[in-house]
Amino acid sequence: MNRFSYARPTDVAEAVREGSPGDVRYLAGGTNLVDLMKENVERPVRVVDINRLPLHDISDLPDGGLRLGALATNADTAWDARVEERYPLLSSAILAGASPQLRNAATNGGNVNQRTRCYYFYDTATPCNKREPGSGCGAIGGVNRIHAILGASAACIATHPSDMAVALAALDATVQVTGPDGDRAIPFADYHRLPGAEAWQDNNLAPGELVTAIDLPDERFTGHYTYLKLRDRLSYAFALVSVAAALKIEDGRIVEARVALGGVAHKPWRVKTAESVLHGETPSHNAFLAAAHAITEGATGHGDNDFKIGLARKAIVRALRQAADGTPQSQTDKRVA
Amino acid sequence: MATATLDTPTESRSITISLTINGQLRRLPVEPWTTLLDLLREQEGLTGTKKGCDHGQCGACTVLIDGKRINSCLSLAVSRDGAEIVTVEGLADADKLHPLQQAFIDHDAFQCGYCTPGQLCSAAGLLAEGRATSRDDVREMMSGNICRCGAYTNITDAVLEVLEKETAK
Ligand SMILES: Cc1cc2nc3c(=O)[nH]c(=O)nc-3n(C[C@H](O)[C@H](O)[C@H](O)COP(=O)(O)OP(=O)(O)OC[C@H]3O[C@@H](n4cnc5c(N)ncnc54)[C@H](O)[C@@H]3O)c2cc1C
Ligand code: SF4
Ligand code: FES
Ligand code: FES
Repeated sequence: MNRFSYARPTDVAEAVREGSPGDVRYLAGGTNLVDLMKENVERPVRVVDINRLPLHDISDLPDGGLRLGALATNADTAWDARVEERYPLLSSAILAGASPQLRNAATNGGNVNQRTRCYYFYDTATPCNKREPGSGCGAIGGVNRIHAILGASAACIATHPSDMAVALAALDATVQVTGPDGDRAIPFADYHRLPGAEAWQDNNLAPGELVTAIDLPDERFTGHYTYLKLRDRLSYAFALVSVAAALKIEDGRIVEARVALGGVAHKPWRVKTAESVLHGETPSHNAFLAAAHAITEGATGHGDNDFKIGLARKAIVRALRQAADGTPQSQTDKRVA
Repeated sequence: MATATLDTPTESRSITISLTINGQLRRLPVEPWTTLLDLLREQEGLTGTKKGCDHGQCGACTVLIDGKRINSCLSLAVSRDGAEIVTVEGLADADKLHPLQQAFIDHDAFQCGYCTPGQLCSAAGLLAEGRATSRDDVREMMSGNICRCGAYTNITDAVLEVLEKETAK
């Protein structure tokens, strides 16, 4: 690990002042940043420890929504009674990720800002446009079983590894941010970005900007939802493909459908026009399959990950079935029903 | 309010932090890049906590921070200033083994023993969380601890036994 200077501010304005110039990283739970610093992938000159900032609370919003503090841990969020009751999809997605120990340290702000698990990104002996702009992409033409099938570019085919973010995308969350130029609210769909030519840019945070909270809207999906995560082993593994699905069904017809995919793109993948294919339909295999094809339209494999295209479609169909039936995937009994 | 700042990245200057480790209050100078795991093992001589992978992937380094289990290899010690740490050395009550330690012996829940301190601290965290009620729950909630010897079945039995005794109380 490189040597760095360390600051531990206690208020947000001070943190942003400390965090603004140059090669600075905010430290939350450290479960991703410290790991990447050990690998010399991240080499900050200065680390600003944000753990003493007053951003640990989960609180009700006046409009009926819920505000998740950036420093509330993933465990405290998943097991918060309001989250469990009003946003069980989010609770389930968080519990599908990492391990109990990691979730106790991981924070909500850190989770959405975690970096890709692309092997080449971690290996400083190989080219990687995300780690070292202009050096090339080791994964294209390399080992790319875990890589993207949607929205990738000639510069980068990495995926975003978060489970939590997939649920937040489906739930239309909003990211509250503060920075050198003041506060702003970023709709979740616009938070992460596709790699394009600027693979090093994971999301649309400006330098020095700090996530203070993630807001959930009042719209809840408590009856018809599921988080289905498929991976190489049943626990403690990142998703190859995951699906967050949420439906509203009235008089036997789907009136609202949300489907977000994890493990397939540089950001949680949602295609709103494709979701509307389901509107007015009665839940059926054919309707789900049509939606699955619409959501994954244009999917392209890179060799090792070709299997993800078929897997994603099947996972979408299965997840929509689980959601429609009101039988969400258990994150304890991993059999996929 | 006061901000702890260290402005010379090239110099190896340390910051003094306070930690309560297994009930003892300690004031310790640490360099900001020291992980809690390295502090415990190298500086404090508490080698019960193991380093398996050093990357959050095995759970051998699990300790309790303010009652919650975390991976000490991914935690910078400096950021835990003021915390209460319990390691495997602090689980027993003087000469009396922690019920989990006794259950691990009774169920032969280890072979080489390398993962065991992490398994024990993790199981202690699991009990404190109060979420696990079934064998499936225990299996899932102990999944952050890898055992290369594959003692999983007996580990699950041991944890389940203590869990059942505690809930019967
Ligand atoms: C072995 C292993 C398995 C894992 N498995 C999964 C999994 O299956 N699913 C999953 O979703 N995740 C998984 N994770 C990842 C884990 O969820 C993340 O590491 C964690 O959520 C990051 O949170 P943190 O608070 O520790 O962030 P940190 O490591 O402290 O920070 C991560 C990044 O976010 C930035 N950051 C942190 N907070 C803020 C903020 N408030 N504003 C702006 N920037 C900020 C930091 O500067 C840093 O760049 C796994 C991790 C490990 C080590
Ligand atoms: S896929 Fe992206 S992160 Fe991976 S090597 Fe290519 S540029 Fe780097
Ligand atoms: S040594 Fe910390 S998880 Fe392996
Ligand atoms: S007993 Fe050997 S690794 Fe678990």
